[in-house]
Order: sequence, then C-alpha cells, then structure tokens
Amino acid sequence: RTKQSLAFKMAGADSDDSLYPIAVLIDELRNEDVQLRLNSIKKLSTIALALGVERTRTELLPFLTDTIYDEDEVLLALAEQLGNFTMLVGGPEYVHCLLPPLESLATVEETVVRDKAVESLRKISHEHSPVDLEVHFEPLVKRLASGDWFTSRTSACGLFSVCYPRVSSTVKAEIRQHFRTLCSDDTPMVRRAAASKLGEFAKVLELEYVKSDIISLFTALASDEQDSVRLLAVEAGVSIATLLPQEDLEALVMPTLRQAAEDKSWRVRYMVADKFSDLQKAVGPEITKNDLVPAFQNLLKDCEAEVRAAAANKVKEFCENLPEDSRETIIMTHILPCVKELVSDTNQHVKSALASVIMGLSTILGKDNTIEHLLPLFLAQLKDECPEVRLNIISNLDCVNEVIGIRQLSQSLLPAIVELAEDAKWRVRLAIIEYMPLLAGQLGVEFFDEKLNSLCMAWLVDHVYAIREAATCNLMKLVEKFGAEWAQNTIVPKVLGMANDPNYLHRMTTLFCINALSEVCGQEITTKHMLPVVFKMSNDQVANVRFNVAKSLQKIGPVLDSNCLQTEVKPVLEKLASDQDIDVKYFAQEAISVLSLA
Amino acid sequence: TLTCQQVGYFSGRLQKFNTFSQMRVCVCLCTDVSAQEQPELFLKKLQQCCAVFDFMDTLSDLKMKEYKRSTLNELVDYVTVSRGYLTEQAYPEVVKMVSYNIFRTLPPSDSNEFDPEEDEPTLEASWPHLQLVYEFFIRFLESQEFQPSIAKKYIDQKFVLQLLELFDSEDPRERDYLKTVLHRIYGKFLGLRAFIRKQINNIFLRFVYETEHFNGVAELLEILGSIINGFALPLKAEHKQFLVKVLIPLHTVRSLSLFHAQLAYCIVQFLEKDPALTEPVIGGLLKFWPKTCSQKEVMFLGELEEILDVIEPTQFVKIQDPLFKQISKCVSSPHFQVAERALYYWNNEYIMSLIEENSNVILPIMFTSLYRISKEHWNPAIVALVYNVLKAFMEMNSTLFDELTSTYKSDRQREKKKEKEREELWKRLEDLELKRSLQSDGIIPT
Repeated sequence: RTKQSLAFKMAGADSDDSLYPIAVLIDELRNEDVQLRLNSIKKLSTIALALGVERTRTELLPFLTDTIYDEDEVLLALAEQLGNFTMLVGGPEYVHCLLPPLESLATVEETVVRDKAVESLRKISHEHSPVDLEVHFEPLVKRLASGDWFTSRTSACGLFSVCYPRVSSTVKAEIRQHFRTLCSDDTPMVRRAAASKLGEFAKVLELEYVKSDIISLFTALASDEQDSVRLLAVEAGVSIATLLPQEDLEALVMPTLRQAAEDKSWRVRYMVADKFSDLQKAVGPEITKNDLVPAFQNLLKDCEAEVRAAAANKVKEFCENLPEDSRETIIMTHILPCVKELVSDTNQHVKSALASVIMGLSTILGKDNTIEHLLPLFLAQLKDECPEVRLNIISNLDCVNEVIGIRQLSQSLLPAIVELAEDAKWRVRLAIIEYMPLLAGQLGVEFFDEKLNSLCMAWLVDHVYAIREAATCNLMKLVEKFGAEWAQNTIVPKVLGMANDPNYLHRMTTLFCINALSEVCGQEITTKHMLPVVFKMSNDQVANVRFNVAKSLQKIGPVLDSNCLQTEVKPVLEKLASDQDIDVKYFAQEAISVLSLA
Repeated sequence: TLTCQQVGYFSGRLQKFNTFSQMRVCVCLCTDVSAQEQPELFLKKLQQCCAVFDFMDTLSDLKMKEYKRSTLNELVDYVTVSRGYLTEQAYPEVVKMVSYNIFRTLPPSDSNEFDPEEDEPTLEASWPHLQLVYEFFIRFLESQEFQPSIAKKYIDQKFVLQLLELFDSEDPRERDYLKTVLHRIYGKFLGLRAFIRKQINNIFLRFVYETEHFNGVAELLEILGSIINGFALPLKAEHKQFLVKVLIPLHTVRSLSLFHAQLAYCIVQFLEKDPALTEPVIGGLLKFWPKTCSQKEVMFLGELEEILDVIEPTQFVKIQDPLFKQISKCVSSPHFQVAERALYYWNNEYIMSLIEENSNVILPIMFTSLYRISKEHWNPAIVALVYNVLKAFMEMNSTLFDELTSTYKSDRQREKKKEKEREELWKRLEDLELKRSLQSDGIIPT
C-alpha cells in the first residue's frame, strides 16, 4: 500500500460528517453563479477529501454523473479533476467508479471538454487492473464506439490504444474490429479522429496486425473523399513506416505516400511537406534516395505557395539527413537548382521560409561550395524587397560565420542592416535590434564602432517606446561583450548627453540606460559619471523624470558603496520624498525603504 | 491554379480544343446549323468547354480564353431558348463540363489569417468563364425540358458533396451562384434531400468544433431557412436534433456576425413550426451566452427579442426565470450598448404584456439590478432608461414594488452574510486539507 492511500484511508475514517453535510457541498456545486460553480468544481478534490472515500464514491460521483449539463467551462474543469481522482475514491481498486461521469463527459459537444475527458480516461486507464480493464473500461470504449451521435465515436478513437496492450486476445480482436468500423464511419468528423489516432494505435498492435489491418485502413483513409481526412493519414503513414521492416515499406506504405505527395488538394501536399523530415527518417536512406528526393523537388516546385513554403522550411533538415555517401551529389544536382529558383519566388512567405534555413546549408556543403554556390544566394536574399527575408538571413549569420567567416558578407550586410534599422515597421526595427549583440560579436568591435554604433544610438531616440526600450537593453548586452572601458569611451558620454535633451522622453531614456548599464559598468563608472547626472535630473521640471530619478536610484543603489548612499543618495531621495507630486513622493519613499535609508 | 495532374490532363484537352476551334470557329450553335444538327453540335461545344484555362497567367491563351467565353455564352443562350435540345446523351456531357470547370481544390487564402470582417475577399480569377458555367448550369436545371429522373444518374451524392465544398469559396459572387444551384438541386432531386441536409450538418459541425473557418455559412443557412419553412409537421427527430445540436452551437463561433441574421431566421422558423422547441432553444442560447464579447451579446439580445416576438405565453412562463436572470445581468452591463439593447425590450408592446402578466416572478428577478444601476451606472442615457423601466414596474405592481424597495437593504445584507458563510466553509475545508496532509506526513513510517 502506498503512503498516500494510507493517508487517505485515515482521512476517510475520521471525517466528521456533521461538519460537512454533503448537501452544503453540493449546494456549492449547484450555485447559480457560474463563477462560483466553477470555483467549487476546481476545488472538487477538497470536497471529496472532506467527504471521505466512501461518500465520494456513493454520493458525490452519482451526483456528478447525474447533473452533467452545465456550462462547458465547468465541464472542462470537472473532466480535468476526475483524471486525478483515483486516490480520492479509494485507490486503484475503486478507480472504475470514475468511469460513468467521464463517459458522459466524453460525449458532450464541445471539443475541449471531450478531449479533456478522453485525456483523463487515458490517464486512469493505467490505474485499472487487467481484470477491471476488461470488466469496466473496455465495455465503456465499446459503448462510446457505437454511440449514436458522432461525439462519442470521436472520443472512442482515442481510447483504443490505451486498453489494447493489456486485454485478452478475444477482446483485442473486438477492439480491432471497432477501430476498423470507425475508420469507415459515415461522418467525416469520426474518420478524422480515427485517422489522427491511426499511428498511435498501430504502435500498440502486433506486427502481423499492423500488416493485415492497419495498412488497409491507412490506404482507405489516405484516399478518403475529404482532404481533411487524407491529410491526417499522412502523419499516420509516417508512424506506420517506422514500425515496418525495411523490406515491407516499398510494397505496403510507399504507393500511398507517393500518391499523397501528388494529391490534388494542396492541403495534403502541404502536410507531406510539413512532415518530410519525419518521413525521411522513417523510410531510411535507400527510399529517400530513390523516392523522396524527386518528391521533395516536386514539393519545392509546387504550384501552391503554401506547399513550397512548407517544403522550403525543410531544406536544411532534409539535406542534413541525406545519407552521407551521396549527400553532396544529391544536394548539388537535385536540391540546389530548386533552391536557386526559390530565392526569386513570387511569394514572400516562400522566400522568407527559405531564408530562415538556407544558411544552414553552408555547414553541410563546406567552404568552397558555400563561396561558389551559396554566397550569391545569400547576397540576393540580403537585397530582397521583403524585410522578413533579409532579417531571416541576418538572424542566421552564425552558421556562415563558422564556415567562411562573416567578412565575406560584411560589405553586403551593412546596407541591409542599415535599411532594416530604418524600416518603417517598428516590429522590423525591433527584430534587427535583437540581433545586434550577436552581430557585434561576429563582426568585431572595430567594425561595430565604425558602422553600427551610430545606429544603436539612434534607436535610443526612436519615437516608439518598445524600440527605445530594446535599444537600452541592447546597450547593456553590448557592454557585456565589449567591456566597461569600451562603454566609458563610446556610449556613456552619448547617453549622458541626452540628459540635457529638450524632450523629456529622451531625458528619461538616459535614466533607463543608466538603470541597465550601472551593473555591467561597475561601481566606479556609475559613481563617477552616472550618479551626478541622475542627481542633476532630480530637479527636472517634469514629474515623470523626477520619479524616474527615484526609481533609478533604487535600481542602482546596490552598485554604490554605503558611504555614497548615506551621504549623497539619501538627501536627494529625502528631497524627492517631499515633492509636490504624489507619484514622485511614492517612488522616493519606496526607494528609501528598499535601500534601507530611513 | 492547377495541380500537376490537371495540367497534364488539360494540356491534352487544350490541344483538342485548339484544333476544334479552328475548324468551327464561326459556326454558331443557334443560327448557323439546321435543327437536326444542333444537338450534336451542342455536345461538341460542351466537350470543348471542358478545357480549363490558367487565369493566374493573364497573358496566356488570350484568344482561346475569348473563344471559350463566347462558346459558353452560346451555350447559355441555347439552353434558354431552344426546345428539344436535351437528349439523354446531353445530361452526362453537361454534368461533365460543369464538373471540370467548377470542381477544384480551393486555393489557400491570400492573407494568412483571412478575416471576412476586415479583409477584402480574393476574387476568383477565372470568373469570366466560371460565371458563365454557373449561369449555364442554372438555366439547364431550370429548363422546362430538364428531367430529374435522367439527371439523377449524374447529379449524385458525390457531385453534391463537391458542390458543397465549394461554398468555402472566398468569392461572394461564386457563393451566390452556388446558393441558387443547390437550391434548385434540393428542389428537384427528392432523393438527395436527406443527404444534402446531412452534409450541411457535417460542414457546420466541422466549422463549429474544428476549424471555425468556412466562408459559405451564411449562404447555406439561407438555403436552410427555406428548407425549414417546408418541413412537415410534426417535426422529425432528425430536424429537432439539427436545431439543438447544430444551429444552437453555431452561436458560439467567433465570426457570428457574418451569418447571424440568417441563423436567427432559421431559429425563428423552427419556433414558428413548433412552439414546444422554445425551451431548448432559449436554454441553449443562455448556455452559450457570450462572456467577453459585447458585440455578440447585443446580437444575442436581438435574436432573443425576435424569439420573444413569436413566443406563446405558455412557453414564456416556462423559461421566464432563467431568461430574466440573464436579462438582468445584461441590463447592468457596464457596456452601455448591451444595457441599452436589453432595456429596449421594455419598448416592445408584446414583451411588455408578457412581463406584466408575470410581474410577480419577473420583478423580483430584475429589481436588484435595476435599483442598483439607477444609482450607479456611468451612462446617463442608461440611467434614464432604467428609470422608465422602474416606473413601468411600479405602475404594474405597486405593492410588490414597495415591498422590494423596503427590503432591498436587508436583502443585500443577507446576501453578504451568505457570502461570508461561503468563505468560511471553504476556509474550513482548506484547513482540513492542510491538516490531512500534515497528518499523512506524521503517520508515514520512516
């Protein structure tokens, strides 16, 4: 017996019934106010604990089973709770008591409730003994599988795989039969549910049944009249392929997968492209060479941009996983020509998907090929009209850096970076700022000072707050890279100069920068250079600046020595604490108390 | 855009079309050949029009595109004016031509997250041909010579299924034509009716519970509106199930505003057929009442008023309690449009008469909210409306009104007390839980 169940036994034994009559608790579960009902359901375990295991089984669960007509949100909470209820009903030997309410919940309309009920059922299925599984659980699955309304049949699909491994062979045969029936269900919703669970079910089946049953179901679902069903079969196909011995793949799975890669619906082809790396791993090197390479070429040249983008996303992974002996030849003769075309695709999502992975090819192809074949493509993408494409190239520079060094690119990089830095969309500017520390590291301090420093400073006075904020954070990361001395010489003077700017927003930016920089710059620079400026700003005529002075002092306090805090900081904060403005007072007092200066 | 297979297929076709058109380029169907030759030429022209062109490429095949357009025009005129043209062999050819042209996998939406309320729809590039094909098909279906008994071999379940999928087209012009086509098919093919209803069911269920995306919901609902109108009484269980399990949940979808008018129409149609459905309908609306979207709340209130307009007094009594609890919440909504929409009910004479008859039930439910917002609501227009409502109640049932006014304070206090008791109960329960876990730590043998 586990510790926990013993504890609950004891709890059950001494629960004081008169103190917690079930009526009161049930009243709470019935409260007219949905929010209160929801709160009570979320604390259902507490209620069960108060009642003890016996009354939870005999009174609470029947009540819950009978009253399952409520708002979906309440039902969702209930479905989740019941998945963790085993101990509260007395442990694994009583776990089947939880099945009736969960069965009802598995039939409701709302998908999230049903899914949660199935999740809980799957969870507690493991707590059933093999006997209970056959006596209680499997009959429930059968009832759901033959329910009138599609919802129960949909839910049943997710339960087969959890009970199959632990039941007798007769029951196994029944389960297989039920699954087969659902795969050809009348409603597409059920067929979709079955298709999405096909791979999972195949994994628990004996290999002979995978070959005899699953393959025919897979073939049927993969040629369903609805593309929403066919596309789910693709994923199942990948799982099935991993289960079969290599020699069976060609005959049993490949014809269907080949057909999926050429499906008339772009959604199915998209799915194939999206799962391509998994598929490649599942079928192994030989089939990859013979079948997947031409299929991949077709997907890269697909007439729908959506499909091309999904395939473009997989270029690096696909190339990486090609068999080593023929990798370079395949890439150079089959893949690269398609990639070259995608660089000038008409659709920006395609180009941008390619840009996010294309740099990864350099590590695979090595220095010479990169310089000769890839570099022109990188450069073309760096000049692309769409900022996202350029950004994706820049954000992946590290891959090229390792192979050919970034210098090869730096002449083209600069204009691209400058243009992105001044893009009209602030999200684009934000994205390039985030790559600045990485770029600075790769390009080196000289290049940075010469070409990029002025950009970083310009962002500090951007008219969008998010950019100014990111620029501040960027400075901190740059100092972490280049050191305090560099900071003192290059950026601190400029930052402090802004303290005299006529625009109060810029004056505040000085304070924000100081907040970010004081720690990385260290005590000396902070005390000598920054602190005097902060003090001076405590007389600013704008209240927002003054209370930010208080906040800054609180922030940089830990960097300063105690003498300086007592003799210099304290008087300034005290003055601010008697400011006319209520917010200035508030933050000054807060700083005094946080820095223990009172 | 075409799939690779289609391209292969059509390029073959195209060639045929090419040679054929050169041969026959000036032979006009209606005027240039004798009546005996017409049916055969009709078939040939149908075959020609099976060729589908790529309209994404605006420069290709310009001559051929123009030729097909004029051929389609001829076909449209021909089915409209000619008599005795519809031989049995023509049926499969017509259906084939229509299928080749209209059935296609709809392309992905241009904008990543197409929002029908915000974005302009992508119009179908091949519309110059597609429109004429639809036009032709509708004339064919409406033609006096059209015989459903022959056509049903070709216009079958598979055909209908593909037709229904097209309702997802982003182009409103196409959906409009589809609506007429489906309506005609539903009218003429009795054997397909149940199937059509079932497939529409499936589309709606997928829309509500899986994708929340389907462009043609409003059009399908419009067709259903007239289908429901024709249901025989008593209603079959299948139809009631459709109402409760499909139409009511449609209210939960985010884009409700795009099809709400059509949906509300269907609901009211059902209630006019069978007033006994009032209770499940209103129960369903209350269950799915919007929690965070005020715009949807206003739509719900509008629909509810439409329902109340046709409600029978005996049904009203059954649902008044939960209904007015909800209305009382709406009236005190901080969003003034919601409060205002709910308060407008008191301008509706029929609703007023129902409220008056049942004031002893409704007044106690409404009173607290009304009394509170008459003092607290931020919007003066709402406060003014509330005063009118309170005044109306006072005139209706002054004794009860006075009683409620005098007990208002003590009622609030009682509520507060109850609230406190609940807090204490939960606190005791939590203490118990804590105690138990301590106990369990204590008894574990080390």
